[in-house]
Amino acid sequence: MESTSTPQREKTTTHGAGSDRSGDGVTLIFERSTPGVCAVDLPALDVPEAPAGQGLFADEAPDLGHIGQLDLVRHYTHLANRNFSVDANFYPLGSCTMKYNPRVNETAAAMPGFTGLHPLQADADTQGALRMLYEVRTWLAAIAGLDEVCLQPCAGAHGEYTALKVIRAYFKDPQGGNAPQRNKVLAPDTAHGTNPASCAMCGAGVVQVPSKDGLVDLDALRSLVDNQTAAMMITNPNTAGLFDGTIAQIAKILHDVGALLYLDGANMNAIVGVSRPGDFGVDVMHFNTHKTFSTPHGCGGPGAGPIAVRDFLSPYLPVPQVVKLENGSGGVRYARDWDRPKSIGRVRSFTGQFGVLLRCWAYIAACGPEGLRRVAQTAVLNANYLAAQLRDRFETPYFDPGAGRYCAHEFITVPKDLLAKGVTLIDLAKRLIDYGIHPPTMHWPVHDCLMIEPTETESLATLDRFVDVMNKIAQEVEADPQLLKGAPYHAPLRRLDEVAAARNPTLCHAD
Amino acid sequence: MASPHDRKYLQTHEWHKPEDGLVTIGLSKFAVDELTDITYVDVAKTQGPIKAGESFGEIESVKATSDMYCGIDGVIVEVNQLVIDDPSIINQDPFERGWLIKVEPTDTAQLDAMMTAAKYDQENH
Repeated sequence: MESTSTPQREKTTTHGAGSDRSGDGVTLIFERSTPGVCAVDLPALDVPEAPAGQGLFADEAPDLGHIGQLDLVRHYTHLANRNFSVDANFYPLGSCTMKYNPRVNETAAAMPGFTGLHPLQADADTQGALRMLYEVRTWLAAIAGLDEVCLQPCAGAHGEYTALKVIRAYFKDPQGGNAPQRNKVLAPDTAHGTNPASCAMCGAGVVQVPSKDGLVDLDALRSLVDNQTAAMMITNPNTAGLFDGTIAQIAKILHDVGALLYLDGANMNAIVGVSRPGDFGVDVMHFNTHKTFSTPHGCGGPGAGPIAVRDFLSPYLPVPQVVKLENGSGGVRYARDWDRPKSIGRVRSFTGQFGVLLRCWAYIAACGPEGLRRVAQTAVLNANYLAAQLRDRFETPYFDPGAGRYCAHEFITVPKDLLAKGVTLIDLAKRLIDYGIHPPTMHWPVHDCLMIEPTETESLATLDRFVDVMNKIAQEVEADPQLLKGAPYHAPLRRLDEVAAARNPTLCHAD
Repeated sequence: MASPHDRKYLQTHEWHKPEDGLVTIGLSKFAVDELTDITYVDVAKTQGPIKAGESFGEIESVKATSDMYCGIDGVIVEVNQLVIDDPSIINQDPFERGWLIKVEPTDTAQLDAMMTAAKYDQENH
C-alpha cells in the first residue's frame, strides 16, 4: 500500500530543456528544431527509379521541425511524464468513469490485419473487420435490450445528436411517427450539458424538468409533457449517483403522450450486464465506449458513441450498416449495406471509429456476460464503500444507508463543515493533487459538491488510501486552512490564475 | 450585507429595480459571491420583447455557468456593454454599476409578486 505521508510545502523543480518562455519547463518541438537534423535515415533505393507524376509535388516543403531521434523521444517522454493518467494515479473524476484500459484492448488493436486495413478495401477482402463490427453492434444491442445499433457516431454527444436526428426523421415520416409538430425535448436539471446542447444543434426546444430529492419530479414531468413533446433525455443512474427507480413510470408518462424515452448512457457502468435499458422503457440510447467499455479517454477524440434503438427507429439510422448475409447452405459473409431509403444519411466517414470499436469488442469479449455484470456490481460496491467511509467528515446528502439510501457507481459530497472553516472546494481539490490523486468533479450537479466515481478497477488498498488522504486533508483544514490555499506544492505547476486565464486568455505559446 | 430595499428579487437571484418607467435587472451580491470571479457574460437577447421567466443570457465564472432570468414581461431597451467588456465590474458592484439589462415593462404589477429584499436575504444567507 502506498504511504500517505504529508507532502511538504517546498516547491519541486521542473524538468525539460530549451527556451522555456513561461518558466514552466515546456518547450514546443518546433523550438527544439535544428535545420538539417533528421530523426530517420531512409533506406537505400532498392527498386528502379521512376519519375513521379505531375501534380504530386507540393510547392514548398512542409513546415516541420528538424529534430534528432533521441531529442524527439525525450520531448514526448517529458510531456508524457507530466501527464496525469489512470496508468499512474487514482482518478476518481465523477461521471467520467476513468477506469483502467486493459492492455488486451491494445493487443487486439495492434494486430497487423487490422492496422494495415484501408476503409476503401472491398467487403470481400475485409471479412474479419466487418465481422468484428457486426459482432460489436449486435453485442451492444443485447446489452441495451434494444433492436439495432449504429456504430457511426464518434462521441457520446455525437450519438445524442444522431439519435435526435433519427427521432426527428421518425416523427416527420407520415408512415412513421407522423407527428411533425413534436419539437420539444425534456431534460432533468441534473442532465449532462451535452443534452441541451445536442437539442439546440437539432433545432429542438429544451424544457428542464425539476428534481425532487435528486430524482425526477414525476408531477412536474406530467405537467410538462404534451403532444409537442418528442422525447425526454435522461441519465440513469443520474449525475447525483442515484438510480431512478421510477424510470418505468417515467417511460409510461412519455409513452402515454406518444413521446420517446432517450437514455444518456454515460452512467452505464453502474448497470451494464445487470439491467437492460430496453427493459425499463428506453426507446433509444447512446453508449460512451470510453466510459463503459474501457476505450481510451481521448482529449476530444478519437472516440465512439454508438446508439441503440427500437425497431421502429431502425429505418432512419445512418448508412452504411454492417450486415451478416447467409447463403442458405451454411455460408456466411459480411457486407456494408447502403439500402436504407429513409436513413438520415452519414454522420461519420465509413463505418465509424474502427480502432475504438475494436477495443470495445476486445473488452466485451474479454469480460463476457458474467464479467460485465461484475464490472457494474464492483463499480457500485466501490462507490458505496467510499461513500460509507467518507461520510463522517464529508457529508453525503443523498447517501444514507440507515435510511436505505445507497448510491450507484458514484456519489456526491457537499463538505459544508470543512468549507465553513475558510477553505473553498478548489483548495481541497488542489491539495488532492499533492497526494497524487486527481480531484473529483466539482460544483456539479449541485453547488459546492465533489462528485466521486472510483470505478471497478481500483483495489481496496487504493480506496483505503483515498479515504486516508481525504481524512488527512480534513485534519489539515482544521489545523491550518492556509496550507491548502497554497496547494498544490508538488505539481509541475503551482496554483494557476484561472480567472486571468479566462478573462485574458493567451492562446499562442510564442509571439 | 443586506440587499438594497429599492428593488425586488427573484428566487433565481436577479434583482429588478423600477426607475424612470424602466426596470433595471442585475444579479444579487449573494449570487455573484457564490459564483466567485465572473469571467464571461453573454446577453443573448440584446433587444426586443421578453417574457417573465425567459432567460436573457448566461453568466460564467471559473466555477459554473448559469442562465439569467427576466421576471417581467416587456421589451429589452438597453444592455450594459461595460460589464460585457469587463465582467469583473459585476463582482465589484453587483447592485449598481454591474447591472445587466433594462426592460420597458408592460405590467409593473408583476414586480409585486417578487420577493422583497428582507425575504430574499432571509432565504439566502
